[in-house]
Amino acid sequence: MIRLENVNKYFGDLHVLKDVNLEVGEGEKLVIIGPSGSGKSTTVRCMNFLEEPSSGHVFIDGRELTAKNKTKMIRENMSMVFQQFNLYPHMTVLRNLTLAPMKLHHKTKAEAEELAYHYLDVVGLRDKAHVYPTTLSGGQQQRIAIARALCAQTKIILFDEPTSALDPETIQEVLDVMIRLAKENITMVVVTHEMGFARQVADRIVFMADGQIIEEGEPEHFFQNPENERVKQFLGKIIR
Amino acid sequence: MTEMFSAAAWRKVWTYRLTFLLGLWNTVRTAFLGLLLSVALGVIFGLMATSGKKSLKRISRVYVELIQNTPLLLQMCFVYYAFAFSGHSLSIIFTGVLALGVYHGAYMAEVIRAGIEAIPKGQFEAAHSQGFGYVSTMSEIILPQSIKIILPPMVNQVVNLIKNTSCLYIIGGADLISLTYSFVTGATTGGAYAPAYLVSGLLFFIICFPLSTLATVWETALKKRERAAVPKDDTERMVEEA
Ligand SMILES: Nc1ncnc2c1ncn2[C@@H]1O[C@H](COP(=O)(O)OP(=O)(O)O)[C@@H](O)[C@H]1O
Ligand SMILES: [Mg+2]
Repeated sequence: MIRLENVNKYFGDLHVLKDVNLEVGEGEKLVIIGPSGSGKSTTVRCMNFLEEPSSGHVFIDGRELTAKNKTKMIRENMSMVFQQFNLYPHMTVLRNLTLAPMKLHHKTKAEAEELAYHYLDVVGLRDKAHVYPTTLSGGQQQRIAIARALCAQTKIILFDEPTSALDPETIQEVLDVMIRLAKENITMVVVTHEMGFARQVADRIVFMADGQIIEEGEPEHFFQNPENERVKQFLGKIIR
Repeated sequence: MTEMFSAAAWRKVWTYRLTFLLGLWNTVRTAFLGLLLSVALGVIFGLMATSGKKSLKRISRVYVELIQNTPLLLQMCFVYYAFAFSGHSLSIIFTGVLALGVYHGAYMAEVIRAGIEAIPKGQFEAAHSQGFGYVSTMSEIILPQSIKIILPPMVNQVVNLIKNTSCLYIIGGADLISLTYSFVTGATTGGAYAPAYLVSGLLFFIICFPLSTLATVWETALKKRERAAVPKDDTERMVEEA
């Protein structure tokens, strides 16, 4: 579904991604973990060309993603959930959800709203349809952001640390939504520090350090007997 | 200053009231057309400045710096005489529209650039992640948020633009200031300095003051609208949390 082939990314002189190769299958739930600054965000952002790789290739569903076709490819194949939610503050929740379906996916207002209410139900926030996002708690905003991503009805959703900006007491409500989502046949790529979630949901976990994938495997393998010393250290620190 | 209290001087101004109204009309239509041009240029160059394309950014920068660092009077003379000497004499009004539009366009471009740059990067990223292209990102997501930031300084520019029609005086314009000046120095009409300038100033104020007031009101209304749709229980919850 998503394939990164020898992806390198430089920010000026800084070599942030070093020859990353990664394949995500259809419907797969891939979790990316690793220390801060290791290139997790950059990896995910290369998947939808929020960052263009300095070299290498990105394939979505077998077709190469390019600067030229990115808008169309993204529209048809993927959405993203951000750490900071990035809801549109000048629109109501409902409008946040119907904007892309109406402007980009040629849905009528009625169709788009039906879709929006459906996904508001999925995230349990139907009653917030006519509210402006900034009046909601962080957890609620992130659930709305997930609903917005779902409204595009794409096969892929990317998550970049969706719970890292949340108050501890609202993290679980977002994770619960994501756990429910994981039961669907959606391809999910999730950068997170929530090891419980990773364990429960991931088909595969990828560990990044210094711009490289240094270990990957199924959650069982990962948490029980990681091979790499850095992975052991990291897990030791994060799971007390 | 004695003529200030002289009934004769005031009567003279009243007699020639059409002169002032004509000046006002010329000022208003020059300013209006100049405004259209300046907004068009401001949007184009403001978008270029925020396009992320180096070459476009540079062109926009050169325009803004050239215009902002030379006097409007000079630009106006330049436009007028450059065209006059090339054999394509421009009407005064057209010169005014062109010079004022180009001059204030540079300031509008800066206002629009600042308004766009004030929007968090995450908004552009969210739009990108949904598959919005440049035009729809700008028109649906960025500019509706920028407008609140852009509006007040933009109206200041409009007010400045109206006042700057006075520069038409240098090329023999027929705007309010130019006509006021001819009036007070005219052989048959001269003398009534203070009343004439008071009236002229009042006319400017009558046009400019409502504009700035309108902008303030508009800005407040736009800000308020974002909170308008909050149900009561939500507001209460937020208050409790705070
Ligand atoms: N836009 C950018 N410009 C310059 N450096 C960046 C940029 N984005 C990320 N980096 C750098 O790239 C490295 C990897 O960043 P990131 O992918 O965000 O790591 P992670 O998500 O794993 O914390 C970091 O050293 C970070 O400072
Ligand atoms: Mg990150």
